[in-house]
Amino acid sequence: MQFSEAAVNGWFGLVPLIIAFPVAGLLVNLVLGRRLGERFTGFVASAAVALAFGVAVLQGLALLEHPEGARVLVADWITIGELSVPWAIQVDTLSVTMMLMVTGVSTLIHIYAAGYMHDDVRFQGDPGRYTRFFIFFNLFVAAMMILISGDSFLTLFVGWEGVGLCSYLLIGFWYEKGKDGIGNALAGKKAFVANRIGDFGFLIAMFLAYTNFHSLTFETVFEHAEAAGPEAGLAVTLITLFLLLGATGKSAQIPLFVWLPDAMAGPTPVSALIHAATMVTAGVYMITRTHVLFHLAPVSSSVVALVGAATAFFAATIAVGQFDIKKVLAYSTISQLGFMVAAVGMGAHVAGMFHLVTHAFFKALLFLGSGSVILGVEHGHHAATHGHGDAHGGHFDPQDMRNMGGMGTRMKATFTVYLIGALALAGIPPLAGFFSKDEILLEAQHTNLPVYVLLTAAAFLTAFYMGRQVFMVFFGKPRSTAAAHAKENPPLIVLPLVALAALSLLGGALNLPGLHTLGHWLEHTLGAEKAPEFSWLVAGVSTALALAAITLAWRIYGRRPLAENQPDPIAAPLGGLFQALNQKWWVDEFYEWLVLRRYVRLSAWLAHQVDTIFWHNWFHDSVLAAGFRRGTRWLAEGFDLPVIDGASAALARWVTDIGGGLRRMQSGYVRNYAVYVLAGVVLMLSFFLVRSLS
Amino acid sequence: MNIPTNYVVALSAVLFTLGVVGVLIRRNAIIAFMSVELMLNAANLAFIAFARAQQQVSGHVFVFFVIAVAAAEVAVGLALIVTIFKAKHSIDVDQVSSLKG
Repeated sequence: MQFSEAAVNGWFGLVPLIIAFPVAGLLVNLVLGRRLGERFTGFVASAAVALAFGVAVLQGLALLEHPEGARVLVADWITIGELSVPWAIQVDTLSVTMMLMVTGVSTLIHIYAAGYMHDDVRFQGDPGRYTRFFIFFNLFVAAMMILISGDSFLTLFVGWEGVGLCSYLLIGFWYEKGKDGIGNALAGKKAFVANRIGDFGFLIAMFLAYTNFHSLTFETVFEHAEAAGPEAGLAVTLITLFLLLGATGKSAQIPLFVWLPDAMAGPTPVSALIHAATMVTAGVYMITRTHVLFHLAPVSSSVVALVGAATAFFAATIAVGQFDIKKVLAYSTISQLGFMVAAVGMGAHVAGMFHLVTHAFFKALLFLGSGSVILGVEHGHHAATHGHGDAHGGHFDPQDMRNMGGMGTRMKATFTVYLIGALALAGIPPLAGFFSKDEILLEAQHTNLPVYVLLTAAAFLTAFYMGRQVFMVFFGKPRSTAAAHAKENPPLIVLPLVALAALSLLGGALNLPGLHTLGHWLEHTLGAEKAPEFSWLVAGVSTALALAAITLAWRIYGRRPLAENQPDPIAAPLGGLFQALNQKWWVDEFYEWLVLRRYVRLSAWLAHQVDTIFWHNWFHDSVLAAGFRRGTRWLAEGFDLPVIDGASAALARWVTDIGGGLRRMQSGYVRNYAVYVLAGVVLMLSFFLVRSLS
Repeated sequence: MNIPTNYVVALSAVLFTLGVVGVLIRRNAIIAFMSVELMLNAANLAFIAFARAQQQVSGHVFVFFVIAVAAAEVAVGLALIVTIFKAKHSIDVDQVSSLKG
């Protein structure tokens, strides 16, 4: 893509503002936020993101006239020898789609968070952290914008690391809370470490791309890779596989998905923004961005598709066995990300991006809705215990679905929007999720049958666990006093939910079968993709399965609602299987056994053998310390004592001796002095006499 | 009558030697003082002898200066001797040796 002067001078030139606005917001809050209070902080943070959304809209409008987009140079960033990486922003239909989605959803979540965090900081007992939360939030949006807008692997990587950092900061936002007072901090660490493994893959891919294609800019790398032809096949396959490793870290796919469920330790808006709608889609976006490379590496593409499909199914099974309202959604997110990854793996980038956007709508809605429910239960808990009870220290868990029930009558607005979100996720027509999921299934049915089977099974489970959740939370009678006292939240929290519900309802219109609006829009960036014809069979099967799953969930959880302290009705018939689902297939324990324990043992061994015995005991004590002692002793005894001390002592002795000799001359007898004078005169005279004679 | 210069210089040398020996061997401060005067006047005699031999007046001028300085020196020296005598009841120069090293 060339620098198009006319376009750059137009609205495209404004695109750096999309990063500048959130940065400005966080700076203002950093300096003034604490002084000017919560209303100010929340307003500034939300306005900053809303302005960024405005910029994104302008970019979208500009693209309507110039669909080829533009590349806007922000700064010359790195120039070392032959390596030249400018910081340029890629404005094309793909990046602008992401910008619109991220800033739009972020704006709604910011507004929601302004209300949610007001209560949360009070329940957690530290209102001072309100400002810090929004600083992190804006920082995250800025980093995400850098990630999306970068036109090279390296600029993308900067944003990639930036969102990872924000994710870490926000998961551990209540770092002194959680299990044993350290659980949240550990969750943050786990997310960071798992992401680092993915980052390692991304870095290797970047290095490989540079050594093979001598550039880091997407455009150039793609051109060189295509020009290199089959010779570069192995290199491209390796690059794409390492990119996939990066994507599994960020987008929580097998094998690195384990961090995402733990990331629910963060406040609910964080889960909605970062761990459902935006950051976790970075991997999918990255694979779509580098689709040229994946086209050249069919092996990697099928691996991507299989990883995605396996993750989609695997995570969906776990979601069935969870009791924490957010954990269900977390595994659901992993599962849906699996759908997207499978789609881009099959080359159906439009379907992947479509599902990415609609999923952002309804998953953000579900998370925020669950936050609303949690907040309602917290309020109920406080009301029931008259504010005397310890809301977080006690045994009461406001996120446990077994403590809920009957919320539908108590939180009507939340219930309605949650229902819309759940139906969209379950894939019931004509909601957004149906169309996007259907496109992926359609593609899978055409290209890859195992993937199709896995995804269809995952879709069935999705509808089931969502039905289970909705029936457990909203139907029946309250199973705790807290749930019984729950009440609806203020409009600041509910209105963003309504907006997201509308998007979840109508999001499918983005890319209706036959019209393919999004497909034509993305064509300018991704090239023409032949989407398979709408198939009544695929759509019918998935819809029928979804309806069947919901009916099944109703028969189990809806018809005879759970009573207080009653175990899950599917626990008994499934037996050990349910235990496995509830315990997440013991993946954490497996990793603990496979990697962590060995790693810790290796570390301990290295610490003992290398650090203590080798470095400390031998190298430090025997080599450094002993050598130093020997050297200094030699210097002291061989040099200081004889030479330096000797010289000064000898000098002193000479002076004493000479002085002692001279002392005797000063006898005190004047006549002696006269003799000396005489002798001196005689000497001088004889000297002159002798000289005159010779 | 014309006395050769050599004779006068020889007399001067004899007088000077007498003065030196007097200073070195006598303990009485007054005697030593007189010996110093003797040495000065021996030098004066040598000045005069050479001035006459050279037919120049500068030697005479020197002699006047030496006489003037000697007078001043005697005044200081006798005052010192009187002070020492008051302190020590003696004018033996060997008694005055408190500055020995």
